[in-house]
Amino acid sequence: MKKEHKSLLNTDLPDFERDYFCDTYPQEVKPLKGFIEKFLNWARAQSLWILGFGTGCGAIELRPLMTARFDMFRYGMAPRPTPRQSCVFIIGGYASIKTLKRIVRSYEQIQAPKFVLALGSCTINGGMYFDSYNTINRIDHYIPVDVYVTGCMPRPEAIIAGLRKLQERIMQGKAEKANDYIKNFEWYKANQKKIIKDWNMPDFNW
Amino acid sequence: MKELLQRLSDRFSLKEITYQRDNLIFITVEKSNVIPFITHLKQHENFSHLVMIGAVDYIENGTFQLTYLLHNYSLHADIGVRVHVQRENPVMESIHTIWAQARTYQREIREMFGIDFPGSPDVDKPFLLEGWQNIPPMRKDFDTLKYSQETYFPRSGRKHYDPQNYMKQKLYPDKEPE
Amino acid sequence: MEDFNRDKFPPIVNGKPIIDLDSQKFLKVWQGPQHPGVTGNMALEVTLSGDEVVDLKTHVGYLHRGFEKLMERRKYLQCFTIVCRICVPEPDTNEYVFAAAVEDLAGIKVPEKALWLRTLTLEMSRLASFLMWIGGQAGSLGMGTIAQWTVAQRDYILDLFEELTGGRVYHMYIVPGGVRGDVPEGFFEHVEDVMKGVEKVLADVEIALLNNAIFKKRAKGLGIISQDMVDEYGIVGPNARAAGFVRDIRKDTPYAAYDQLDFTVITGTKSDALERTYVRFQEMLQCVSLIRQIARRIPKKGALYTQIPNPLHWKIPAGETYIRAEASRGEYGYYMVSDGSEYPRRVQVRGPSYTHAIAVLEELAVGTNLADLAGLMVSLHTCPPEIER
Repeated sequence: MKKEHKSLLNTDLPDFERDYFCDTYPQEVKPLKGFIEKFLNWARAQSLWILGFGTGCGAIELRPLMTARFDMFRYGMAPRPTPRQSCVFIIGGYASIKTLKRIVRSYEQIQAPKFVLALGSCTINGGMYFDSYNTINRIDHYIPVDVYVTGCMPRPEAIIAGLRKLQERIMQGKAEKANDYIKNFEWYKANQKKIIKDWNMPDFNW
Repeated sequence: MKELLQRLSDRFSLKEITYQRDNLIFITVEKSNVIPFITHLKQHENFSHLVMIGAVDYIENGTFQLTYLLHNYSLHADIGVRVHVQRENPVMESIHTIWAQARTYQREIREMFGIDFPGSPDVDKPFLLEGWQNIPPMRKDFDTLKYSQETYFPRSGRKHYDPQNYMKQKLYPDKEPE
Repeated sequence: MEDFNRDKFPPIVNGKPIIDLDSQKFLKVWQGPQHPGVTGNMALEVTLSGDEVVDLKTHVGYLHRGFEKLMERRKYLQCFTIVCRICVPEPDTNEYVFAAAVEDLAGIKVPEKALWLRTLTLEMSRLASFLMWIGGQAGSLGMGTIAQWTVAQRDYILDLFEELTGGRVYHMYIVPGGVRGDVPEGFFEHVEDVMKGVEKVLADVEIALLNNAIFKKRAKGLGIISQDMVDEYGIVGPNARAAGFVRDIRKDTPYAAYDQLDFTVITGTKSDALERTYVRFQEMLQCVSLIRQIARRIPKKGALYTQIPNPLHWKIPAGETYIRAEASRGEYGYYMVSDGSEYPRRVQVRGPSYTHAIAVLEELAVGTNLADLAGLMVSLHTCPPEIER
């Protein structure tokens, strides 16, 4: 039974740009059955490619993580320059509204299966900046989050622990938050549009 | 510094002088006098470095205070030139022709306080904020906590327990709490 | 660079270049905010003709948290937890400048030993920031290995910070009236070990980077800051020193314990990316020497802080002040206005990147190659969080 979806409108885009983007509603991806899915999950967990987008001060601890001392490459994790090649999105702390717009765009461009790791107290409840006019309080109202790492700043060891936890969840097949995003698409979009006032991008960025 | 002030007060009418340290003084001047005063300091008194342009909101007086902080590298001294601008319809002359870097400061002040600098390049373009629809955020009458609670989704705080009762319940669950 | 072929560049009408994108001569490329070649989270709107930059606009604001507003609704001591977060690679300068501004307004004197400890943390954070920077400079011009060495070495300095203050990235060590605690036992031996490691890494970097023909060829003549530009744009720190200006706040108006330390201001002759790299490289060696001097001469005993009144009801006398310090990027200053209440009336941050990353970069980028743009940006040593606060 196929559920009928209305198509995306992309109303805020100018006419000449509307042609470039897909108007079809994003679809959920059902996991495969049996050991094939288990094998795929194992493969996914062993090569996490991280999107190199330092969205906040958490990015300062990604540099030590990538370099010789903490060396995340030994777990098969590597930074990638573009969202289309990566599968883990690290939100490095507070997100201002201007950044959140880019976060949404980058997140939607990542191919499923995709995972989000949120660093720092400011992604959980606003942290230090709970009363700031320009930073959001909880990231999970705008994009789905798989693993939170607390702290301000979380140490590189904590980020590694968070990534190991993410690997565990992927192996168990619990990290399919991309489907949650599609399921609650309208709720997420309403939240995003509530604070991003000049929405001059497509509703879903393929 | 003493001789310098003597020279300056001969040429310009200085309203109020505050000595903060040996090498830091703040001088209030009339709004119409600011540009000649700053130009004089730069060209004849060797105050060649514009440290920053600061803005303070004095909501109770109905004014904004702009502070042009200038530094002299040979004396190692600073002069802060203070000027008061009316809070309603605030307009100030631009100094981007004297220092090219001033346009960045003026653009920020335009956005954060709403003080206009006609003629400064790109002054009306958004600088730090995107799609801002409220009053300029650095004004004193803008309440950032209220705005944050209304706009974003605050997470309720941690649950608090009275330690005495909590431990009693944990240790003696059968006993009725008082 | 005099024989520019002007045909490639847009015609200039009333001082503004007219860029006609429909003519298909120009291409607009956005570099950032999601781009590995930008320092931190900022965006460059580049207009290209071929691969040559004809116009550049910097877009900032991706990290704006409104610190200056947040400080207005926090008490003076509460502000200390947030000021260090303004500039992430170098938090101690923020702490020092804020503490010194409060002390200046309230008229507090700091004991001798606290001044030395402050100098120690300031120099250590300068060194850590430089080590982070040289990795970026090498990486942006195609040598990723250097970052592996220097960032790992920077981590050992963070370990020292952890031993001294308990915090790895953010320390909150310098408080008004002094510092939070004494050095632990055996600390200076660990400092000496780390400094030996830093010297070893720097010797390697000198061989691999500063004597590398590719690096020299690419960095030479890249983004020349002329002498006239320095005052016009308010260029400070190593960028100005590389142009031949003898300007160092540590020497000009000594603060903390810098007047008792022995060092000379390092200058260059012509401020291009290569010269700036040389100047910063020698400043790193200077940092090592200063840290060793401090370790040798720090007073063994003494008070660590002056008693301040109850911080919850601490009213600072009305007044305004400006305090500056030499960060790794140049002059860092706070302009603080107090109206006699428990809350600061206004705190404004003057970061050196403010002009370097916006007005100066827009000026210097015109005429460079797209591939060298990242190298140019890093060579100015910009730090986005302090631009937008």
